[in-house]
Amino acid sequence: MPKTEELQDIVLQTRRDILRMVHKVNSGHPGGSLGCTEFFVALYHEIMELKDGFDMDGYGEDLFFLSNGHISPVYYSVLARKGYFPVEELNTFRLIDSRLQGHPTTHEGLPGIRIASGSLGQGMSVALGAAEAKKLNGDKSLIYSLHGDGELQEGQNWEAIMYAAGNKIDNLIATIDLNGKQIDGATDDVLPMGDIKAKFEAFGWDVLEIKEGNDMQAVVKGMQEAKSRTGKGKPVCVLLHTVMGNGVDFMMYTHAWHGKAPNDEQLENALGQNAETLGDY
Amino acid sequence: MTKYVDQGKNDTRSGYGAGMTELGRTNPNVVALCADLVGSLKIQTFIDENPERFFQVGIAEANMMGIAAGLTIGGKIPFTGTFANFSTGRVYDQIRQSIAYSGKNVKICASHAGITLGEDGATHQILEDIGLMKMLPGMVVINPCDYNQTKAATIAIADYEGPVYLRFGRPKVANFTPVDQKFEIGKAVMLSEGTDVTIVATGHLVWESLIAAEALEAQGISAEVINIHTIKPLDAAAVLKSVKKTGCIVTAEEHNYLGGLGESIAGMLATQHPTPQEFVATQDTFGESGTPEQLMEKYGLNNKAIEKAVLKVLTRK
Repeated sequence: MPKTEELQDIVLQTRRDILRMVHKVNSGHPGGSLGCTEFFVALYHEIMELKDGFDMDGYGEDLFFLSNGHISPVYYSVLARKGYFPVEELNTFRLIDSRLQGHPTTHEGLPGIRIASGSLGQGMSVALGAAEAKKLNGDKSLIYSLHGDGELQEGQNWEAIMYAAGNKIDNLIATIDLNGKQIDGATDDVLPMGDIKAKFEAFGWDVLEIKEGNDMQAVVKGMQEAKSRTGKGKPVCVLLHTVMGNGVDFMMYTHAWHGKAPNDEQLENALGQNAETLGDY
Repeated sequence: MTKYVDQGKNDTRSGYGAGMTELGRTNPNVVALCADLVGSLKIQTFIDENPERFFQVGIAEANMMGIAAGLTIGGKIPFTGTFANFSTGRVYDQIRQSIAYSGKNVKICASHAGITLGEDGATHQILEDIGLMKMLPGMVVINPCDYNQTKAATIAIADYEGPVYLRFGRPKVANFTPVDQKFEIGKAVMLSEGTDVTIVATGHLVWESLIAAEALEAQGISAEVINIHTIKPLDAAAVLKSVKKTGCIVTAEEHNYLGGLGESIAGMLATQHPTPQEFVATQDTFGESGTPEQLMEKYGLNNKAIEKAVLKVLTRK
């Protein structure tokens, strides 16, 4: 399947971008970024319908909101390689006077970003507002959002989850990155959230799972299925099972790399596992 | 001094409701949100006339602020409505990140501000909201004084691009500003010229200041009364011009002296024209249950308190 191979090339390059960005400034969040790389690449290159260029209101195109803003490295890399801003600008991640702040923001006018995020639990409400605006405007395009699983511990999410079903916000696909990890450890140890699928369903959402959230074909297929379920009176939730740190063997299956950058040696090792495909920035 | 006539007592929140009714008819981008307080916010007419442009979010203020931020993406001008306490302190981080830092065109409209909320008591009487909101970069903070001015302010902020905090109250108070007076954000209103002392007031304390000025006039003291409806951006020029003439100032507000109008004025004067100042405000305290009049008396927020503050500041000239 040539398209999948093409997407996989972008994934490899995105992983390299993530690793190099956080290594350069010795800070940032590689774990969740690597875990969601396939999702972001699928979303921006295959799933969402996007116009050329960027305007804040985004009439007539699908919109994406990142709620767990700390995985900004993957977001920035995918936006840059999609053409929203120069790829070279990834060099400025987390540096003074940069548009690429530690957490995404509109404040510096970075194309592609429509809301600040980082303080957790706020993105779903914003996505709902944007979804309501689309409905008011008679705009049939969709709203996508991504949330961490640990982030669901923030109560505002459940206000939003209740509102979305109660108001039949069926132009929204909210994806939960189910990697089972948060800063202090496994989500089941820090604050067990029980059956997340059952919870969303109990709130009235249409829930589907992507069991292999780091398999490009599975992600594309799952997100296409999610799209087909919009417009039917229910908000759609995708439970995306991912591995934090995916694609770098020593970063996988641990929460240790949630917010830690690799040293020189670790970077070399990690890059060795992810071949350069589109050219490093 | 210039005399003002009460055209009939009314609540400032009804001024908000009337402003929303007009915006509903004139500006198709204006949308309203409310967290289970439609009756208190007086927006039923807006809802009846524009049901598709009203969003009832239930008792979920954090979600309301996020939805409002999202609605701006798509060109809407959201007006959120709940009590001042739940419009600010309860949702500070949502406002900070999703609205202020994100530069979203949301109008945060807050009723039942201050101590005159009355009998519900201190859980609902916020006296810290001006401070909270004025500290947010880019946030405009407005506290109109009566029904007419609240209506005019509501209409005016729809035409301003950027986040605004509009603060108003529950009790019926004197309605004395001209019905057709244009509301200019950041532009103080000279109510009565005087030479001995400057009184700058905001919100419900403006009418009290006029009463105080009359009592002072009877004592041979000429007070200049200025209505500072916009606390941020502050009309520094108007205040400076006045204190250069009078040489002393009293600030009056239904808010803690920490973080309020008085503090903004003091900070400005300290760097530009140091001037003796007295604060009519609450003194770092919570409120309590009682009638609005009783509370204004007990917490030193009425015309008598203003008069007393003037007599004190005059001795410091």
